[in-house]
Amino acid sequence: MSTVPLQAPTPEERDTVLAVPGMHCAGCMSKVERKLGAVPGVAGARVNLSARMVTVRHEPGLPVRSLVEALEDIGFDAQDRTDKAFQRVSAVRPLLAPLAVAGFAAMNVMLLSVSVWSGAEGTTREMFHWLSALIAVPAIAFAGRPFFASAWKALRKWQTNMDVPISLGVLVATGLSLYETATHGKHAWFDGALMLLTFLLAGRVLDAMMRDRARAGVDALLSQAAQGALVVSADGTTQWHAAGDLAPGMLMRVASGERLAADGTVARGASRFDQSLLTGESDPIARGEGDAVLAGTLNLGSPVDVRVSQVGHDTTLAEIARLMEASTQNRSRYVRIADRASRLYAPAVHSLAALTVIGWLIAGASLYQALVIGVAVLIITCPCALGLAVPVAQVVASGALMRAGIMVKDGSALERLAGVDRALLDKTGTLTLGHPVPDATALDALSAEDAAVALALASHSRHPMSRALHLALGQRGIVAAPLEAVSERAGEGVFATCRGIDVALRRPESAGTSAVALVIGDAPVRLLPFSDRLRPDTSEALARLAASGVTCSILSGDRVEAVGEVARSTGLTGIGGALPADKQDMVARLRNAGHAVLMVGDGLNDGPALASADASMAPGSASDVGLQAADFVFVQDSLLALPRAVTTARKTMAVVRQNFTLAIVYNVIAVPLAIAGLVTPLIAALAMSGSSLLVVANSLRLARAAK
Amino acid sequence: MTGLLLLIPVALFLGLSGLAAFFWALKNGQFSDPEGDAARILADDDDDEPLEDHK
Repeated sequence: MSTVPLQAPTPEERDTVLAVPGMHCAGCMSKVERKLGAVPGVAGARVNLSARMVTVRHEPGLPVRSLVEALEDIGFDAQDRTDKAFQRVSAVRPLLAPLAVAGFAAMNVMLLSVSVWSGAEGTTREMFHWLSALIAVPAIAFAGRPFFASAWKALRKWQTNMDVPISLGVLVATGLSLYETATHGKHAWFDGALMLLTFLLAGRVLDAMMRDRARAGVDALLSQAAQGALVVSADGTTQWHAAGDLAPGMLMRVASGERLAADGTVARGASRFDQSLLTGESDPIARGEGDAVLAGTLNLGSPVDVRVSQVGHDTTLAEIARLMEASTQNRSRYVRIADRASRLYAPAVHSLAALTVIGWLIAGASLYQALVIGVAVLIITCPCALGLAVPVAQVVASGALMRAGIMVKDGSALERLAGVDRALLDKTGTLTLGHPVPDATALDALSAEDAAVALALASHSRHPMSRALHLALGQRGIVAAPLEAVSERAGEGVFATCRGIDVALRRPESAGTSAVALVIGDAPVRLLPFSDRLRPDTSEALARLAASGVTCSILSGDRVEAVGEVARSTGLTGIGGALPADKQDMVARLRNAGHAVLMVGDGLNDGPALASADASMAPGSASDVGLQAADFVFVQDSLLALPRAVTTARKTMAVVRQNFTLAIVYNVIAVPLAIAGLVTPLIAALAMSGSSLLVVANSLRLARAAK
Repeated sequence: MTGLLLLIPVALFLGLSGLAAFFWALKNGQFSDPEGDAARILADDDDDEPLEDHK
């Protein structure tokens, strides 16, 4: 059935990679693999659940579209990612091999060191030192590369980062140990250098793992822009074209419920379009023949033919992306707390070591003795605990947030979020759910039989309103009534017969309102109004944010009246009718006034503001642009994710500060010993692992921080 | 001392074979889908037929 496409495909076969964000358990996995395996022409399918991707091996003639449709039949949305699959670079993989080598070498060298410490003498000790050198030098050269490369990059620009003291400590310790070994000396520090590398690499692997996982999650969500369109050729036949193959002048047929893949003008038909992703406007707008429509908008009404005018980089969508690029540069100027600490730490430690050497020389020690003690200072101050202080705390906190449904895309995001004191919230899709939900009181008024018919009709359509109705009635535990002769007429509704009576779920005659009409036989027509609802727990979330000192206000591109309504029900101040550039200006003005701003938004129109704010959050339903620009993505409906993220970020920073204090206390105790020349490799090994374990243990307290 | 001459190479050999096994696993994609592999053992249908059987 489902098989493993491990070998490269033969010339008669092709591999297609599909992103399927909806898979999350063993059941989904086997369902997807079984369904794809049953499609004619498919040789096998293999799901990668960690990446939410499925690789399908099939005949080259098989259109990708048919695979996507097969998955839609069993309720999974899928997008073709064949081109992008190769661009995904994992941050973990390049670090795994160095970690394994460092761990292996550290364990073996430690074994040899223990025998030296417990009293090996003479030739035995020398043999152990040479064996250690034989294992350690190549291992350090290989496993230390990530640190050496980063330190060298900083030094070339006359800067210093955490990797500079690390690299210096490791290299100096190795050099001195080699010298000691060659001159039959007593002490070799190979074990300390390797242990340091192992600890630090472990911290970095954890950090990279969390970022990989978050990125994979967000990657899988990227889906809002249409992947392509059905193009109508001159002779009337239609063919599916991917978004990249569309060209100006083509005529695309946009079914109801589909998103436009390119900008264009309506050539035939008329319909209503949901532009909320682009402008924040919540009410659908009507567009007829000759009117312009934009890529990324959703066709809510009847199918229309659209003459493509602009594709790819020329669309309004791409324009907003350019606006964002300019503002992300603000963000990259942020200096992470670990690097700020090392700016103070590295020069202090290095001058301390230099002063120690000079001091011992003045006190009459030989140059060799003075250098050995200076090196001991460098090794003991090598920022093992300091290097772990930030990454471990952030990894543990991000893991806790991820379990609570909040993905952290960037390590520095937690630092930036902790300082936030102003929050700007978009309305459509952020404060509200962003999609129409049937009015609960109208549903309550339906009799069980009527509701069963409505559910059955709704299940036959892919229209967003039908889906919402299907979901809402399904949650009430209603079972669909049996239908016969079901037909969906695009732009009109679903028609069928139920137990001999004509039933229909159709567009209401009075156009303009968001509602559907339920018609059952000759009974009076029932109107089911739809509206966009506030997210659950909105008021509690806002109260908690206010309690933690974050002032919130609404910043929306929607009409002022619509914003006013939400502002009244939430008790916030609001600004409506803001263009993407206005939102960005607003963020900039607050930042200039000395505030740290959190922007929460979902749409394309929020992209520039998300990118220029100090920290940004987006719901999982956000547009591609929103997801990419935001630091945090929350996947559940509840708005409580906001206060939860803010509190967790603050707790994390508190733990980071404690970790720094621990590292400093450790230095205050150990450095005088080193300066006095009392530190042996045994003490160094104990002190280093002791302080690292303390920092890790303290950080683990964050595991339940997001509760 | 003669014991050491035997034991140290043995210890190093064992360590190196562990390292080699890890590198093999890394190259072989054993770490590419940890979540999926964890879920796969729960699936009822046996899905470990090699691809070759389908040709």
